[in-house]
Amino acid sequence: MSPEPKIHLDRVGKTYPGTKIPAVEDLTLDVHEGEILVLVGPSGCGKSTTLRLINRMIEPSNGRILLDGEDVTKVNPDKLRRRIGYVIQQIGLFPHQTIAQNIATVPKMLGWEKERITEQVESLLTTVGLDPDQYRDRFPKELSGGQAQRVGVARALGADPDIMLMDEPFGAIDPITRDRLQNEFLRLQEELHKTIVFVTHDIDEAIKMGDRIAILGDRSTIRQIDTPERILAYPVDDFVDDFIGTGSTIKGLNFLKVSSLKQTDYPSISDADPCATGVAKLDEAGLEWLVLVDAQRRPLRWLHRDELAKSPASYDDLGEDVGDLLNSDDSLFHALELMVQSAAGQSVVVDKHGAFAGVVEMSHLNKAIRRAQYEARLHYEEMEANA
Amino acid sequence: MTGVFSSSLGWVRNRTPVSTTPPEGFSPDPRRRNAAELIDRWGLWIAPVLIAGLAGLLALYHRSLDLESAVMQQRSALSWSGKLWPQTLQHLEIAAYSTLLVIVIAIPLGVLLTRPAFRRVAPTLMTVANSGQAFPAYGLLVGGLFLLGNGTATVVYCLALFALLPVLRNTMVGLDGVDRSVIEAGRGMGMTRRLVLTRIELPLAVPVILAGVRTAMVLNIGMATLAFLIGGGALGITISSGLKLNQDPVLIVGAVMVAIVALTFDWLGAMAERYLRPRGL
Repeated sequence: MSPEPKIHLDRVGKTYPGTKIPAVEDLTLDVHEGEILVLVGPSGCGKSTTLRLINRMIEPSNGRILLDGEDVTKVNPDKLRRRIGYVIQQIGLFPHQTIAQNIATVPKMLGWEKERITEQVESLLTTVGLDPDQYRDRFPKELSGGQAQRVGVARALGADPDIMLMDEPFGAIDPITRDRLQNEFLRLQEELHKTIVFVTHDIDEAIKMGDRIAILGDRSTIRQIDTPERILAYPVDDFVDDFIGTGSTIKGLNFLKVSSLKQTDYPSISDADPCATGVAKLDEAGLEWLVLVDAQRRPLRWLHRDELAKSPASYDDLGEDVGDLLNSDDSLFHALELMVQSAAGQSVVVDKHGAFAGVVEMSHLNKAIRRAQYEARLHYEEMEANA
Repeated sequence: MTGVFSSSLGWVRNRTPVSTTPPEGFSPDPRRRNAAELIDRWGLWIAPVLIAGLAGLLALYHRSLDLESAVMQQRSALSWSGKLWPQTLQHLEIAAYSTLLVIVIAIPLGVLLTRPAFRRVAPTLMTVANSGQAFPAYGLLVGGLFLLGNGTATVVYCLALFALLPVLRNTMVGLDGVDRSVIEAGRGMGMTRRLVLTRIELPLAVPVILAGVRTAMVLNIGMATLAFLIGGGALGITISSGLKLNQDPVLIVGAVMVAIVALTFDWLGAMAERYLRPRGL
């Protein structure tokens, strides 16, 4: 049994008065401490409604909400919300208050002392990458979209809540700034370890931000909930497959590391060796290309057998650039990117000293993907067998 | 986690981020900006200069009249300490009380009518308030006379009723105009409805509400001129004496006095709109 979930939704549903079909139907969902759970789905599937059920901005019609095992379905909703950070797409900064006053909203309601609030505002502004001296006394209209969203995040972190709810927080920001804010936020999360429920309609954002992703269908029913790796490797049905879209397998390469491949020996020659050695090695392996390395075994260039067969006097003017080199930490997506640029159709891997360690070629990626898919399928079959 | 994605979703990698904010001190046309700034800064001081000029001219005109040889009624009507000054005070009193009454009634009513529970009755009430303003002011005063008797108090009530609409409407429009996402953010952080109203909605609606109050005030000052009809006094007496006695100097002095008072209070309203609006808007 896993430890108690931070947030537990127990058959939570919402039916609006005057409608028969529920907006959210009997949703049961666990969010674990310190994870980012992304709710993703087509528009109108009820993902925002689901998020707003958690802090009871929308009162659930049935079911229970538990935070840390405590049933909060009936507690005072205003007090509940002061424990939960909330970020929305439109940000909603108070235009008539300074940045400092905006961030101090929740601490003030909780009755913090003045000095403590001032300190907290300073530290939060620094956390989100804004200089307190420069921004403290500004008004929201003096900020760019990206800066305003940073302040929005700082304000949600105001009283240091354990839980954050984020409703398309980067949705209205230009792609360049969005990418930067996403990266910054992930870095922040590594320090903060908040429990975050994050809503988006963008599957790429979900893959990037989520420790786990819940793909929601109509009435907020969970079609698949899992790590992004496994969802990409094994979409459980056509709905999920359609939603994650084309290229999902290639996106899945992001989660596989070069180190996961078993490196086999690949022929190389030192620039001190004669050409004949190279030709002999290629003949033995039945290959076309060979890696030329220096005295420290650092890869220099790709050499083709036709060039070697001419027995040139030196290697200086021969061969093709090896391009960027891969480390064992790099993703297979990066390996693929280098591979398609390489003259030999393969990317070169080095060990931590920079010495030639092997190559990655298409068949390796193929095997790695098929293995990931197989493991994911096995995982689901086991789950089914247990259930 | 971030490193994994540096390539996959970083298709904008290797491109310099473009700054979306204009550089510091950027302005499309410095000359135009200066003119706009000048009007912005000094525009509010044009009115007081005009008012002072008008008052000066009136004082000169008043002094130039040969009151010693004038008929008794004219002398009496143009007496500063006996008639004009007390009437002005009475005029201001009527306008001030009726405006205060409007504020005390219309703003809470506007708040109430924009709350979810009362929103359904708002259109009905607005129709009533609208037809209230369509009712002729003269008729309103006569009606007040029948119901409440004559005197200053009746005038104050009638004027308050007459000027209710602009403040009520502006309060509702101002509150409805507050960005929903700002309210959503406030509620989402655990602000109670009352806190959202007092800390967010009302401050943000202040400019629109103030505009309504200014309209009501100017309306009331104009309407207070009719107070004399039901024994409410004020500067209307001087104007009416001028008409009845066929004495142009009395008529002119009375009318200009009303104009000066109205212009002064409109200017004060403009000052309030300028300096009472929350910073940051």
